[in-house]
Amino acid sequence: MSILDVQHIEKNFGATKVLKDINFSLDEGQVLAIIGSSGSGKTTLLRCLNFLETPNTGRIVVRGETLFDAADPATQQEKEIRRKRLHFGLVFQSFNLFPQYTALENVTLAERLMAKERPDFKANKKKILAAIDAEGMALLEKMGLKERAGHYPHQLSGGQQQRVAIARALALHPDILCFDEPTSALDPELTGEVLKVIRGLAEQHTTMIIVTHEMSFARDVADQVLFMDGGVVVEQGSPEAVFYHPQQERTKQFLDKFNGD
Amino acid sequence: MFWTVTQSLISGLGTATQLFALTLLFGLPLGLVIAFGSMSKWRPLKAVVDVIVWIIRGTPLMLQLIIIYYGPGLWLDSNIWGGGSSGRMTACVIAFVINYSCYFSVIYRGGIQGVPVGQREAAEVLGFTKSQIFFKVTLLQMIKRIVPPMSNEIITLVKDTSLARIIAITELIKAGESYMKSAGIIWPLFYTGLFYLVFVGILTIVFNLIERKLSYFR
Repeated sequence: MSILDVQHIEKNFGATKVLKDINFSLDEGQVLAIIGSSGSGKTTLLRCLNFLETPNTGRIVVRGETLFDAADPATQQEKEIRRKRLHFGLVFQSFNLFPQYTALENVTLAERLMAKERPDFKANKKKILAAIDAEGMALLEKMGLKERAGHYPHQLSGGQQQRVAIARALALHPDILCFDEPTSALDPELTGEVLKVIRGLAEQHTTMIIVTHEMSFARDVADQVLFMDGGVVVEQGSPEAVFYHPQQERTKQFLDKFNGD
Repeated sequence: MFWTVTQSLISGLGTATQLFALTLLFGLPLGLVIAFGSMSKWRPLKAVVDVIVWIIRGTPLMLQLIIIYYGPGLWLDSNIWGGGSSGRMTACVIAFVINYSCYFSVIYRGGIQGVPVGQREAAEVLGFTKSQIFFKVTLLQMIKRIVPPMSNEIITLVKDTSLARIIAITELIKAGESYMKSAGIIWPLFYTGLFYLVFVGILTIVFNLIERKLSYFR
């Protein structure tokens, strides 16, 4: 059974239709790459999944549970959304680390705040916080940033910041980790270290949705590719099919621009 | 003579300091309230607040001071401020609080809006509640942003206390100037300048300390 089903998602900003009848599903452990030119609706789609935008129509189903249904207001209650959005993690194009916290604090802050709501928090405070810190350190180590744990974001390179952001998203154990053009704000020489980390996650079968302009990366890492243009899914399929045998004229035109990439 | 002048200037400084402190005490919180009003999504409230801020920032504090102190007596035929120096001081504090809270509100608004949207979104995605977002993420970044403009405004306030003399409050300059008339000497006026310099100097040190305390992040 698929881990994620997106059905008939539409989103309007005023009179502009940004997403038109988006449908796709994703299996556990798979990587979906979303490609397309700027303004095609890729980022908006990702923001809908993370409850940063509310779709006008459609349903979002994770592991059989309907997280969002535009026709059912009961699925849109503020308190519920807080819990539901934890099914997804999001890594932003601009990192959005909290500048006043160290790398480790960035990774652990959400968990620390959540731990306070646990009934046994007062009794086991030290133990719980130590466990959270240990897990945070382990994540940073996985990102190759163990020795940077005490650094503040402004003391880190863009690539390091983005890797901290990935660790921060992983700390909450999301079912699906989303990336919104994770390397677009990076210098070319820093892109590689971030892509390497994402590649590593793919090898460990982390379910991911990656919006990206890195075509060769998408081709290598993705199990499924979705090409968007003008708010619609123009073409979807295996990387093989989309990159080497595109059926749609628009897909061909788009990929031609990346020839020689 | 030097000692006599010093004593009356210290007394004037006391009055000025009182006005300064009370303006901050009431003006800083009121400014935040006005800031939220001016960011309200409810149009009528925002419109009213914007007009008030425009009027207060668009007219001289001296004019506001005169109107607030003398206005009620002329319009209502009764001095609502009560007699004597405490009545003058009350009216003066109210005028200063209204004026300065409008300026503060604009600074607060800039500080709040200056925190990138991405900060709130990152926290939302991590499941933070609204109050956690404000207290754990936004607040400190906002404070860091407003320290420089706030220090400017507060230093201006030190010198604006001299406007209180227009409703016959004996603050520093009025205290110093009285010797010009009574004894024909001008040095007490220069001496008042020294008082202001020291006052502002201390504030500058304090603000620098705060800025340095917050310089560990960007």
